[in-house]
Amino acid sequence: MEHYISIIVRSIFIENLALSFFLGMCTFLAVSKRVSTAIGLGIAVVFVQTITLPVNNLILNHVLKEGALFDGVSLEFLSLISFIGVIAAMVQILEMTLDRYFPSLYNALGIFLPLITVNCAILGGSLFMQMRDYNFAESVCYGFGSGTGWALAIVVLAAVRERCKYSHVPAGLRGLGITFIMVGLIAMAFMVFSGI
Amino acid sequence: MSHYKEAILDPIFKNNPIALQVLGICSALAVTTKLETAITMSLAVTAVVACSNFVISAIRNFIPDSIRMIVQMVVIASFVMVVDQILKAYAFEISRQLSVFVGLIITNCILMGRAEAFAMKNPPVLSFCDGIGNGLGYSLVLCVLATVRELVGSGKLLGFVLLPTVNNGGWYQPWGLMLLAPSAFFLIGFFIWILRTFRPEQIED
Repeated sequence: MEHYISIIVRSIFIENLALSFFLGMCTFLAVSKRVSTAIGLGIAVVFVQTITLPVNNLILNHVLKEGALFDGVSLEFLSLISFIGVIAAMVQILEMTLDRYFPSLYNALGIFLPLITVNCAILGGSLFMQMRDYNFAESVCYGFGSGTGWALAIVVLAAVRERCKYSHVPAGLRGLGITFIMVGLIAMAFMVFSGI
Repeated sequence: MSHYKEAILDPIFKNNPIALQVLGICSALAVTTKLETAITMSLAVTAVVACSNFVISAIRNFIPDSIRMIVQMVVIASFVMVVDQILKAYAFEISRQLSVFVGLIITNCILMGRAEAFAMKNPPVLSFCDGIGNGLGYSLVLCVLATVRELVGSGKLLGFVLLPTVNNGGWYQPWGLMLLAPSAFFLIGFFIWILRTFRPEQIED
C-alpha cells in the first residue's frame, strides 16, 4: 500500500510532469490565462491520463513485449505508434461517452478534450511508464498522480497570471516572457518538495 | 530559386518557431542541460520535420480532409520511430540520456504545425526546405540555451573543460541552478525579452 501512495506523491510533487520534465508546455502556457478554464483542462487531463496509462500498460505487456504474442519476437519498436493511437482513440471514446451521458461536463470541457491528444504530458506519461517497467496497479497510480500534478501546476500558474494582470511589467517581457519567469519561480518552489 | 531560400532562412530569425510561434517548447527546455544532447535532438527534429513535410506534401492531394490529422500523425510517427531506432543503434549513450524525449518528437507542435500550415498547401521540395528552415530555427534556440547552461552550470562545453571548477582544483565555482529545471524557464524568458527589445513589433499588449 505504502508503495502505491509513494508513487502518487512522487508523481504529483517531486516528478511533476509540467515543472520538472517540461511536458505539455504548449497547452500549459496557452490555456493558463484564467483559473476557470485551467481547472476544466486540468480535470480533463487527470481523466485521460488515468484511463490511457493502464490501457497502454496492458497493450505493452500483453501484445508488444517480447514473447507476448509470438515466441522470441519483440514488437516494442511499435510502442510509440500504438501509444499515440490508443491515446487518440481513448480521447475520442471519452468525448462520445461524455456527450451522451454527461452533457454538462462535456460542455464544460469543450474544445479541451480533442486538444489533449497532442498534449505531450499524456504520451510522456506512457513513455515513462514503459521506461520504468510499471505493472498494472502501479500504472493506475502513476496515471492518476501525474495527471493531478499537471492539473495542480496549471491551476497555480493561472491563479498567479490572473493576479499579474494589474501589475506593471516591462514592455519586452509582457505576455510570454513574464509567464516563463513565473513558471520558473513556481518550479523552484516545487523543488523544495524533493526532500520528502 | 529565391522561394527556396526564403523558405529556409525566414524561420531562423524572422519567424522563429520557438521564440515567436511558441511551438515545441517542451523538448527545448528538457534536453538543453548539455550541448551534446541538444545537437542530437536538433538533428533529429530537423530530419523528421523535413522528411515528414516532404511526404505529407507529396500525398496532400490524396488525403481526405476529414482524416488529415490522423494521416499526418501516422507519417510523423513513422519517421520518429526510424530516428529512434537509428539513435538506439548508433548512439546508444545519447539516446539513453534523451530518454523519452525522442519519442515525444511526435507530439512536438512544430511538426503538426508545419504539416498543417505549410506542407498541405505547397509542393514537396518547397515544403522540404521549409522543414529544414524550421528545424534550423529550432536548433538555433536549442544550441544557444544549451551552450549557456552547460558552460555556466558545469564549466564544460561538449565535455571539454573550459572553466576549471573548484572541485577539480580550478577557480570556477559552478552555478548549479543552471542545470536544474527552473533555470531553463528563466533563460527562455530572458531570451524572449532580449529578442523583443530588438524587434519591438513582437511585443504583446
